[in-house]
Amino acid sequence: MLAYIIKRIFYAIPILIGVNLITFMLFFMVNTPDDMARAQLGAKQTTPAMIAAWKAEKGYDKPLFYNAETSGIESVTDTLFVNESLKLFLFDFGLSDANRNIAEDIKARMGPSLAIALPTFLIALVTNISLALLLVLFRGSVLDMSAMVVAVMIMSVSGLFYIIAGQVLFSKLWHWVPISGYESDWAGMKFVLLPVAIGVFAGLGSGVRWYRSIFLEQINQDYVRTARAKGLSEIAVLFRHVLPNGMLPILTGVVVIIPSLFMGSLIMESFFGIPGLGSYTIDAINAQDFAIVKAMVFLGSVLYIVGLILTDISYTLFDPRVTL
Amino acid sequence: MSLFFLWTDILVWALVAVAVAGGGMLLRSPVSRQKWVTIFRSKIAMASSIVLIFYLAFALLDSVHFKVEKPDGGAPIVSLLDMAMAHQKDFSERTYSAPFATHEYTKSIIVDAKGESIQRYLPLKYVSSGQMLSGSLTGLLAGALIAFLFIGMHLLWRAKGNVGVHFNAVVRGRTQLPWRTAYGVFALMTLLIVWLYVMSFSYHVLGTDKVGGDVFYAALKSIRTGVLIGTLTTLVTLPLAIFLGVSAGYFRGWVDDLIQYLYTTLSSIPGVLLIAAGVLMMQVMMDNHPEWFASTIERSDLRLLFLIVILGVTSWTGLCRMLRAETLRIAKMDFVTAAKAFGVSKWRIMARHIVPNLTHIILISIVLDFSGLVLAEAVLSYVGVGVDPTMYSWGNMINQARLEMAREPMVWWSLFASFIFMFILVLAANLFSDRVQQVLDPRNAT
Repeated sequence: MLAYIIKRIFYAIPILIGVNLITFMLFFMVNTPDDMARAQLGAKQTTPAMIAAWKAEKGYDKPLFYNAETSGIESVTDTLFVNESLKLFLFDFGLSDANRNIAEDIKARMGPSLAIALPTFLIALVTNISLALLLVLFRGSVLDMSAMVVAVMIMSVSGLFYIIAGQVLFSKLWHWVPISGYESDWAGMKFVLLPVAIGVFAGLGSGVRWYRSIFLEQINQDYVRTARAKGLSEIAVLFRHVLPNGMLPILTGVVVIIPSLFMGSLIMESFFGIPGLGSYTIDAINAQDFAIVKAMVFLGSVLYIVGLILTDISYTLFDPRVTL
Repeated sequence: MSLFFLWTDILVWALVAVAVAGGGMLLRSPVSRQKWVTIFRSKIAMASSIVLIFYLAFALLDSVHFKVEKPDGGAPIVSLLDMAMAHQKDFSERTYSAPFATHEYTKSIIVDAKGESIQRYLPLKYVSSGQMLSGSLTGLLAGALIAFLFIGMHLLWRAKGNVGVHFNAVVRGRTQLPWRTAYGVFALMTLLIVWLYVMSFSYHVLGTDKVGGDVFYAALKSIRTGVLIGTLTTLVTLPLAIFLGVSAGYFRGWVDDLIQYLYTTLSSIPGVLLIAAGVLMMQVMMDNHPEWFASTIERSDLRLLFLIVILGVTSWTGLCRMLRAETLRIAKMDFVTAAKAFGVSKWRIMARHIVPNLTHIILISIVLDFSGLVLAEAVLSYVGVGVDPTMYSWGNMINQARLEMAREPMVWWSLFASFIFMFILVLAANLFSDRVQQVLDPRNAT
């Protein structure tokens, strides 16, 4: 197990280098630092001297991959790629274009992101699985059919409408919860309720459909027939046999997103004014702050790879047939 | 007046040509012909495909552009849809007005004859009131006529001589394909559209926005953006996914390792962030190359094209993974071994023996991805990395309208329009793709 995990972590290194290379190419080769300087300083009235000064200030004045002016190991290390990209491996995100410490910002903003993302994830998981099991229990009935129709309809509405409708109904018309904002202690509950409720509802359609199809795949298997033949009630069959056997596909889809919960939700956070990583990213995109976007891309990839490793580990916990 | 091709126009018509050719090839084999008949035997699939055809028709109508030389030296680029809607495109009100309203939504201060300033709802400039009844009658009559003509023609064509027998079968719903449902949906859609169109000559049927632009026109123009993003992205995705997926599965070894490495790396980057990074770069690039486009419409078109390419390049990995797995399976089968023994070349085996056996996966992924892409456009526009802000799109409409909900009283019609237009399209696409998946996926064959 430990050997497997270490092996997987080593496998992750080339992938992360690849991620770095892609972002590096996007950010430095398609657009040279000169272009970035012009974009940051304003288009027309920039002189070559101003551009050079901006580049020197940001450390963007070095060559891309190979520095001919220095010798020895320096000719490879004193380059943009090593300075701007490989440093990320040490989680040294450097300063944003607005000269703020990115690592500090990320640390401070993880909490609010999790305060929304974690409850949404857990509540959605429990609701979706319970509803799916209920529908599988009544499969083929009018309830099942009409629930599927409703599920497709829920899926067909853009998430933006749920947020807007939720804010108008619950905050503007009925004044149940404040429209946006955030507090970090328990008083902040009132800010969290609506985004979580909307997040759960928006994912209801696709979630219930997905879990239902997983359970339906199991329901016609031989072991289910055997269980029924033993005289088990349908509910016992569902909970004792179908649910555990559906665990593997569920884990495949679910565990991988758990680490990414740290990244928060872009849309939800910016609509509700939550100072998390999602709104941080959106602000960076709107301000064209490349350093932050680059850091978030790297962080996202790391978390995704952690998710993949966790998925494999979770298999061994839930399925005794799997050994690593 | 001369034909003018935007980049996306060329691509969308190329896609139509590819789809027609590919469809013809698919239907030549009796097995897949039977599959498609099975798909359309479902009433829901038939109804939703009729709705999709309407959307597609509007998108294509909006993809034929002309350059109109004006006497004042300007040469605007307008589409067929713009020409049909010229009465709304070229005239705008001053500010908000509700659907079918005759006066503005908010009071303005005016100075009356005695020199006193009073608050009053000003009448709209381009609305002729009192046309409700006569306009509706004209619209519904014209709609009924058009629907009757098309349905009648189709009936006669399908009847192949036995008009009476066939008509009876249709009315009782006893045809092989559910034509009764198809005709019903077609008639309903035609009536609605023609009625709205006729009414749009005397009213703003879905109101006007902040600067007085007609919301109905904006929603219609947005169809092209949504449909194009949903369809053209696949045009970028497919070649990449098919070529890389099949190569990886067939050659294995280092080719497989390399391609697997490529798609694992790409898919480990969070999708929205990768798209955002791509779009940010594209913006800077376009700012530095103003010579690439001559007008605003060409600029926004180029941006749409780049967005589609970026979406395509970031979204081929899932399909590629599935195609690789399926190719691995097929490549071990006897008919491939036989082809190898006959000395058929590698590329020919891949093109003639493997790819045709992957069509169901490809088709399922095309229809499945469509609705997701249409919805993604709205989110991307909100994040600020979507289509050009000057371009008509549902995402831009939502983005502009969401602040209007805070107004007192609420301005709801822009959101309503984009909601309805998007919802119908995505719902139809979802229902259709469900059916396609149900029939084509071999796992459901039992």
